[in-house]
Amino acid sequence: MSIAFSATAQKRVEKLLGHYPDKEAALLQVLHIARAEFKTITPEVMEYIAGLLGLSPLQVMDVVSFYTLYPRQEEGRYVIQVCATLSCALLGAESLVDHLEEKLGIKVGGTTPDKKFTLKKVECLGSCGTAPVMQINDDYYENLTVEKIDDILAKLP
Amino acid sequence: MSEKYFLHNIGKPESKSLAFYLANQGYSAWEKVVRQWQPAEVIEEVKKSGLRGRGGAGFPTGMKWSFVPRDSEKPKYLVCNADESEPGTFKDRYLVEHEPHMLLEGIAIASYAINAHSAYIYIRGEFAHGAQVLEEAIAEAEAKNLLGEKILGSSYDLQVTVHRGAGAYICGEETGLLESLEGKRGWPRLKPPFPAVVGAFKSPTVVNNVETLANLPLIFTRGAEWFAAIGPNPKNTGPKLYCVSGHVNRPGLYEFPMGKNLKELIYEECGGIRGGKKLKAVIPGGSSVPVLRADQIDVSMDYEALAEAGSMLGSAGVIVLDEDACMVNALYNLERFYAHESCGQCTPCREGTTWMVKILKRLEMGGGRPEDLPLLEDIARHINFRTICPLGDAAAMPAASFLKQFRDEFAAHAELGRCPQRR
Repeated sequence: MSIAFSATAQKRVEKLLGHYPDKEAALLQVLHIARAEFKTITPEVMEYIAGLLGLSPLQVMDVVSFYTLYPRQEEGRYVIQVCATLSCALLGAESLVDHLEEKLGIKVGGTTPDKKFTLKKVECLGSCGTAPVMQINDDYYENLTVEKIDDILAKLP
Repeated sequence: MSEKYFLHNIGKPESKSLAFYLANQGYSAWEKVVRQWQPAEVIEEVKKSGLRGRGGAGFPTGMKWSFVPRDSEKPKYLVCNADESEPGTFKDRYLVEHEPHMLLEGIAIASYAINAHSAYIYIRGEFAHGAQVLEEAIAEAEAKNLLGEKILGSSYDLQVTVHRGAGAYICGEETGLLESLEGKRGWPRLKPPFPAVVGAFKSPTVVNNVETLANLPLIFTRGAEWFAAIGPNPKNTGPKLYCVSGHVNRPGLYEFPMGKNLKELIYEECGGIRGGKKLKAVIPGGSSVPVLRADQIDVSMDYEALAEAGSMLGSAGVIVLDEDACMVNALYNLERFYAHESCGQCTPCREGTTWMVKILKRLEMGGGRPEDLPLLEDIARHINFRTICPLGDAAAMPAASFLKQFRDEFAAHAELGRCPQRR
């Protein structure tokens, strides 16, 4: 099965290329588009992108494996990232992680069997003044408590 | 209460729109600069203002710009560093999300000064919302010819591009950032050559922090002399954002002139320590700077005064720890961060940070021993100044300072073999 970007995504890529002196520079942005389109950055996706940008699949793999935001394994529909760095840790991030593990029945790094949630413990999300914080997909949730987390998860369709 | 120049629109969601910004004299500095000023005059004015880089290093901004070779035939680039990732720091995110036009106006002025026609905003990947706000702001500004081609009837063109990172602290380091901008792993480069000469795409490049750039409209509206008069002394000028997190009653983002007293900031502005507890320690400038004890915080938050106190202003990310906080556990947390974020290029940093985590873990959880203390210090000493980029130093400085400042607590852990607070 061969893969390809949707027409909208292809347009976005074309537009992007006009913003850089060479194609390689667009790689991180094209990978963000790929993540939105395909969810998982599989070897097949890497090959496809390599073809688009005139790079070798290995160059793409080299970049994908360096960054944390290009998932190579399938993740749940909601990726919960709990910040565990100092300011959040001082205000109880660890107990929130414990709560989420128990509530979702998975360990950090795991995905629920229904593929709804993936739980991750991450480094500083840059929102220390509203610690503890987590990010679910693109959205930040701040000043968290166990009750607040229960409420947030209950509202996710 | 001092006047606010960055946080004056808190609670007004419309502050991010161009209409709101224009109605409040927004882009008037840019209009004046692009129509009437020569680039060299812009650089001189910024030098006169005394503005220093707000990303952490405090390098004089005008001087940084002046290193760009004017006669070079290569294109020049302005890169805005919005990869805010230093633990304890959360000021740039506010500016990006709530004052995007203030930032764009600053980017336009800086680009003009160094004769760049392309500017990139490198924003950390997690700030998806901020990236969206910037995209919309750029489109608004282009529609009004404040950015784009032949700006406001001048012959000057400027294209501004939002470039999202993808989750890597190291890309906040300017040469790691440039590699990442070029579509590669964020592996820092050896300097020299400095980015001003060989930066993005092998061309002269200036990398400035979000808050640094956001100061520029102010300097060109009110004048360099007005700006230089704010702050405790000519080396520390202008307004400043302070991020306070941890065990205080009112954590959050604060704005005061440069040189706010740290003790006042914690006890008066932030309402003191939570639950009536006593203060134990303060990290004043983001997690990478040396920690201060409670008796060392009566200090002006400026570059020189904090250096004299044995720490650094850094990003002004103030992390407050109360009497119950375990300093071994806090250092364990920070070193885990650096070990995770080390890019792996340099052996002292890659291996050293991992070793420190291993040792701190056993001191905290069980299995610690007295010789672990000198061992940690030895490792920190062998990382410091022995790596391509400052991440190594950033990991070594907390270790050395925590051990020096809270020796007894580390010794008690080593003696018992674990944290006394754990059962």
